Amino acid sequence: MTEQRDLVIIGAGPAGLSCGIAAQAWGLEPLILDEQPEPGGQIYRAVSRVTRDRPADLGFLGADYAAGRALVDSAHGIERRQGATVWQIGPANKQGWRDVVWSEGGRATTVSTKAVVIATGALERPVPMPGWTLPGVTTVGALQSALKQSGVVPEGRVVLAGSGPLLLLLAVQYAAAGVQPVAIVDTAPAGLGFRALARLPWAAVGDPWTVLWGLKLLRSRATSSVPVWRHASNLAAEGDGRLERMTFTDGNGLAHSIEADVLAVHEGVVPNPQLTRLVDAEHRWNAAQRCFEPVLGTWGETTARGVFVAGDGGGVLGSRAAVAGGRVAAAGAACHLGRIVEAERDGWTATQLDKLTGERWLRRFLDAVYPPPDGAGALADDVIVCRCEEVTAGELRGSASQVQGPNQLKAYTRCGMGACQGRMCGLTVTEMIAAERGLSPDEVGYYRVRAPIKPVTVDELASLDTSADATA
Amino acid sequence: MTFRRLGGPTRAPEVSFEFEGRTVVAREGDSVATALLASGILQSRTAAVSGSARAPFCLIGACFECLMEIDGQANRQACLAPVREGMTVARQTAVVEPEAER
Repeated sequence: MTEQRDLVIIGAGPAGLSCGIAAQAWGLEPLILDEQPEPGGQIYRAVSRVTRDRPADLGFLGADYAAGRALVDSAHGIERRQGATVWQIGPANKQGWRDVVWSEGGRATTVSTKAVVIATGALERPVPMPGWTLPGVTTVGALQSALKQSGVVPEGRVVLAGSGPLLLLLAVQYAAAGVQPVAIVDTAPAGLGFRALARLPWAAVGDPWTVLWGLKLLRSRATSSVPVWRHASNLAAEGDGRLERMTFTDGNGLAHSIEADVLAVHEGVVPNPQLTRLVDAEHRWNAAQRCFEPVLGTWGETTARGVFVAGDGGGVLGSRAAVAGGRVAAAGAACHLGRIVEAERDGWTATQLDKLTGERWLRRFLDAVYPPPDGAGALADDVIVCRCEEVTAGELRGSASQVQGPNQLKAYTRCGMGACQGRMCGLTVTEMIAAERGLSPDEVGYYRVRAPIKPVTVDELASLDTSADATA
Repeated sequence: MTFRRLGGPTRAPEVSFEFEGRTVVAREGDSVATALLASGILQSRTAAVSGSARAPFCLIGACFECLMEIDGQANRQACLAPVREGMTVARQTAVVEPEAER
């Protein structure tokens, strides 16, 4: 017999943890499943262990990171499984029960639940460029992940390239840790000033704390000794078997080449779509952020019965919004389960919903300051789009005009068929088909995501209780 | 070396494991991926199609570039695997399709 749970929360970042805390306070018995070995999500990765084992590192990781420990600590009493990779959320039966299946330590387990909160956050936007598969090229988030996880930093010549708050934050953290990049190559285009400025007052009202924090980052003298190239374009990585140099065109049209051992790229973050796609929730294209987002109701409910989203997975608004969104989704789930009435839910969530509105104003400002790059149009034919199967932009263009959508393109070219299951190429493929066929991204759609959404071994499948009738 | 440990004070105990015949000394809490990077090992696998060298790219479990063979099991994401005393790790060089595709 499959174990039944009130509420299954997937992800132990700010959204998942705050959701669990709120749900427990309202009498539910939530189960949190998280793929990482430690709670905190990406933003608070390893915060408890760093505080215990490497407290000096909090000096350069910063007070905002250190503050995450309070959230992790306050979720202490909630049943939580780390290293638990969810790879299936089954369809709802007539009573609304769904099976959630995960692998942990080489075994697979199923629970049945009427309420799921997906709190799996965001991924860095994959932006194909020449040479981006070379060893030595990483994302900015990857470098920050290594810094938190292990205090590991690049040695030699490091270049940070792209745009967005995370790039700035890493530069400031690196400066405090004594790591000096040889260059920052900023890809934010020129001429955004007025639109951004017009939105700044609303952002400052919406989330004054974060606006002040951002201004502090911008004014930081920590990076003043690093050469910064602005309005850069045509980024490329070059090298024989590993990165040797990166090239770009500056704002005046001049070509540059910089010798580099590590190149970290970043163009903002986008919702991790795997689980919301798996449950077949409706998604809509966000033109300002050039990504799909699940269509959500006020309390984070998707169009799939009993499935809610909290945090950046429902649209990127940042960690403060994720905490509020987690509480809102917990109330939504409690009401869905009949544990509280609508009036209770509405009363409890009013303040949190106001916070979310404020964060949306901040986001509108950030959208104007850091517009995402054109995902597909400018890619040269020989650039790899699908890193797993090594399918190039040229191969995709050759077939894009003849296909109904991404799934057919996958069948024709193997693009998206590799181990990452389209996580790295999905948005580019949608934009490429849209451009070639003159359709909107909503008309083109996205890959059909199927279980298992992470590789599963035969042993793990065999370990499932087959009477549970759970697997895909 | 492409990466290094900052080397500040730490209370994390040392953890030793074997990477392709050599001993790697890591710290408790490292992932296999960060431990190898800190030991000067950049390449994690070769691409299944061209055989070109690949290294960890996202370090959050999304890109699958850090697929390695850990304790004899292929297709393990090294960025999600915590280091354990005595484990064996190897680069994934054979053309091995993940189970998910079979």
